[in-house]
Amino acid sequence: MKTPNGYELDSSGKRVVVDPVTRIEGHLRVEVNVDDKNVIRNAVSTGTMWRGLEIILKGRDPRDAWAFTERICGVCTGTHALTSVRAVEDALDIKIPNNANTIRNIIHHTLYVHDHLVHFYHLHALDWVDVVSALKADPKATSELAMSISPWPKASVGYFRDLQNRLKKFVGSGQLGPFKNGYWGHPAYKLPPEANLMAVAHYLEALDFQKDIVKIQTVLGGKNPHPNWLVGGVPCAINLDGDGATGAAINMERLNLIGSIAQQTLEFVEQVYIPDLKAVASFYKDWLYGGGLSSQSLLAYGEFPEYANDYSNKSLALPRGAIINGKLTEVHEVDLKDLQQIQEFVTHSWYKYPDETKGLHPFEGVTEPNFVLGPNAKGDKKRIEQLDEGAKYSFVKAPRWKGHAMEVGPLARFVVAYFSGHEGVKELVDSTLKDLGVPITALFSTLGRTAARGLECLWSAKELVRNHQKLIASIKAGDRATATTDKWEPSKWPASAKGAGFSEAPRGALGHWVHIEHGKIANYQAVVPTTWNGSPRDPAGNIGAFEASLMNTPMADPEQPLEIIRTIHSFDPCLACATHVMSPDGQELAKVTVK
Amino acid sequence: MVETFYGLLRRQGVSRRSFTKFCSLTAASMGLAPAFASKVAHAMETKPRVPVIWLHGLECTCCSESFIRSAHPLAKDVVLSMLSLDYDDTIMAASGHQAEAILEETRQKYKGKYILAVEGNPSLSEDGNYCIVGGRRFVDQLTDMASDAMACIAWGSCASWGCVQAAKPNPTMATPIDQVIRDKPVIKVPGCPPIAEVMTGVVSYILTFDRLPELDRQGRPKMFYSQRIHDKCYRRPHFDAGQFVEAWDDPGARQGYCLYKMGCRGPTTYNACSTTRWNGGVSFPIQSGHGCIGCSEKDFWDNGPFYERLANVSGWGVEGTADSIGVKVLGGVAVGLAGHAAASALKSAASKPEQHGGEK
Repeated sequence: MKTPNGYELDSSGKRVVVDPVTRIEGHLRVEVNVDDKNVIRNAVSTGTMWRGLEIILKGRDPRDAWAFTERICGVCTGTHALTSVRAVEDALDIKIPNNANTIRNIIHHTLYVHDHLVHFYHLHALDWVDVVSALKADPKATSELAMSISPWPKASVGYFRDLQNRLKKFVGSGQLGPFKNGYWGHPAYKLPPEANLMAVAHYLEALDFQKDIVKIQTVLGGKNPHPNWLVGGVPCAINLDGDGATGAAINMERLNLIGSIAQQTLEFVEQVYIPDLKAVASFYKDWLYGGGLSSQSLLAYGEFPEYANDYSNKSLALPRGAIINGKLTEVHEVDLKDLQQIQEFVTHSWYKYPDETKGLHPFEGVTEPNFVLGPNAKGDKKRIEQLDEGAKYSFVKAPRWKGHAMEVGPLARFVVAYFSGHEGVKELVDSTLKDLGVPITALFSTLGRTAARGLECLWSAKELVRNHQKLIASIKAGDRATATTDKWEPSKWPASAKGAGFSEAPRGALGHWVHIEHGKIANYQAVVPTTWNGSPRDPAGNIGAFEASLMNTPMADPEQPLEIIRTIHSFDPCLACATHVMSPDGQELAKVTVK
Repeated sequence: MVETFYGLLRRQGVSRRSFTKFCSLTAASMGLAPAFASKVAHAMETKPRVPVIWLHGLECTCCSESFIRSAHPLAKDVVLSMLSLDYDDTIMAASGHQAEAILEETRQKYKGKYILAVEGNPSLSEDGNYCIVGGRRFVDQLTDMASDAMACIAWGSCASWGCVQAAKPNPTMATPIDQVIRDKPVIKVPGCPPIAEVMTGVVSYILTFDRLPELDRQGRPKMFYSQRIHDKCYRRPHFDAGQFVEAWDDPGARQGYCLYKMGCRGPTTYNACSTTRWNGGVSFPIQSGHGCIGCSEKDFWDNGPFYERLANVSGWGVEGTADSIGVKVLGGVAVGLAGHAAASALKSAASKPEQHGGEK
């Protein structure tokens, strides 16, 4: 069976189920069929969790919506809050001060750098790095390797020998903790022992360092995860040298703290993350599976407005745009409010529409739960053995852009930026491809997705430093404003208003749509990155980005699904995001009996 | 052979001196006198590493993210040395049946000896099928693993109270874990998320002193949840002086005045934010200019809107206990503050709205 987006599906071979897919946010199940050579010929991705926040938002104060939606995801913390305040400000025509725009950019860049770094080392590295192999490394050769790729000072023979000794004892204890039952020794691991040992060292260093990056959000938002936001600007007022400055949210000491951490962060990314990424990539550049939709259909909403309240491509540091049908040089305009562009389908999702052949724009969205297993499913609702992708099979809806299944995320952003003529992105991408000696088509792969995320992290770390300086320059020029309050009171709002908010979450394009009636939320909808990437099939039969990326990948051993989780992880899935949608009248129903 | 934490540290090359220092810091982070450091050291020298199973229900993973921010002890040391984190789907290497096999193995091998840490909660609508893990309903996985655990930790407001998905009308019937785990102690560590050092502090306390911390009537450790944010807030003198932020970015906001009129929930929220603070002590919401939203309190999502000021706040009353507040909340009083004291400061605030200062 051939899908309209070009995939030959064959479900006749052996079925392999991976559930749970770990090292992601939320709950994801993947099923594939492999042929007699263990090549994946059919792929099914299923969101297995559903929380329901949009119905909870109904009737609430729109100024509170950021806090609720922020709790959609604690990993990309704050990105939903940013999208939410933008949606409300769009609806109510609230303009934010320049400093608020810059501070939001600083908060968001901090998230990017942190999220990408933690993803690479703590969610994704074990797909490429064999921890047990590191035991066989020669510490001297490891030191030489480390020094040859980076000036990072923690690279002595003694450092690696000490780490290896500790690792030997840890493994020898038999209590492997989070490394228990890993796929150690799997033939899909390609790094030599020395590279593995170096990567293990950096796994631990990155775990220690990441906690410092987020302190920037703590200064500006009071805590992390889940910093505080504000409709109309930011809550952190500026006072450098007036009365009470020590008690102010932003004073000289706080600015210095941000600057210091931004600089350390850039150093870590430049001297650890990027060299590691290139080292890993150099051993895997022949493993170019997992491209899926990335060479065909890509979507980015754009991010980081340079100028406050200007969300056009003139202002956005990463551009908005869509690429379809593999025509990379043709970047289409994207409009979140055009009812014909973004639509969600539920034919294969556990929801109900009056007419399931049609999609609905988020402004018109309805979501009514309908959890049923298809006729070809195996097992029962208490123990699902196999799902039936011919029927409904996921709590994730199927969003489409003008009917196309799209991939979103760092690779989509970079490809859209590259072909929109973004100089900074072009230079980063071209120089990296040249270093590795691979053509641009190498981008369209699992590794390409992972590389794009790393390069974006580097770009973002530099932008973090620059935005800190921009904030100082603005204060120096006499601007201290951080919030606009003329429309704070609901009495100043129109009786009815609709707005759309966008952002690029670390994982990809994120949109919120809000309808305000008489000062309260009448309807709220969100379409999130993993809804795009983790989408099930649509009525036309198009498969989504996760499913497409797994197609035609050979597995060394279907019992040890390393290749599957490696490719799925390259998207950095967030299932709490993908499956939060909820019925407008979905009060359930049957109750499970508990002791 | 199951080895001790101290043995592991020594074998990993940690010196006796470093170990002693670590124990002092651990004691200090839990607010204990220096004399306790030797007790910490003794406990860690003699006890085996306790297996921990960390499950995820309906949640957003902010608790896991918070946990790895811990500075003392470092998350790395907790996860790899202090305990044995044998199952946590957010960081574990194994997926699928290799992951699920660990659960059954732990139940058998460490029956009654492992800690069950739970992030998120079960949904009970749709027969439990709004959260499925490994093809099974999360509520089944949860109750199975709880039945053989030594004790359960409810991480965050989801596991403790229900949190955001349980806000009205709670469409998925998200349910706090102590309502489905009836036969095991459940320690509630609420917050959205809890402070990292509070999470690791609770764990270190259990491992060090070989007992559960003293809990209040709502099941929270008194060591971190016995005082209100308002009680120890650095902006409290401005509350007492009647100096308030009246609008965002006004002169009061720029001088760090009290955020009570902007809806701050500090006066009704029991947590360590204003003392322990966040992310290595860098700040907490009020210091960064936004009121507390009360994220560690039961049903805080429905005690809004967040920017509406609390109706009745006593100026005094540090002596009010978490239990007395808890009883009032349970009794249906949304913002039940120690109502016996006169709301003198509130009156003062109402009568002197112009008294906030300003930058020159």
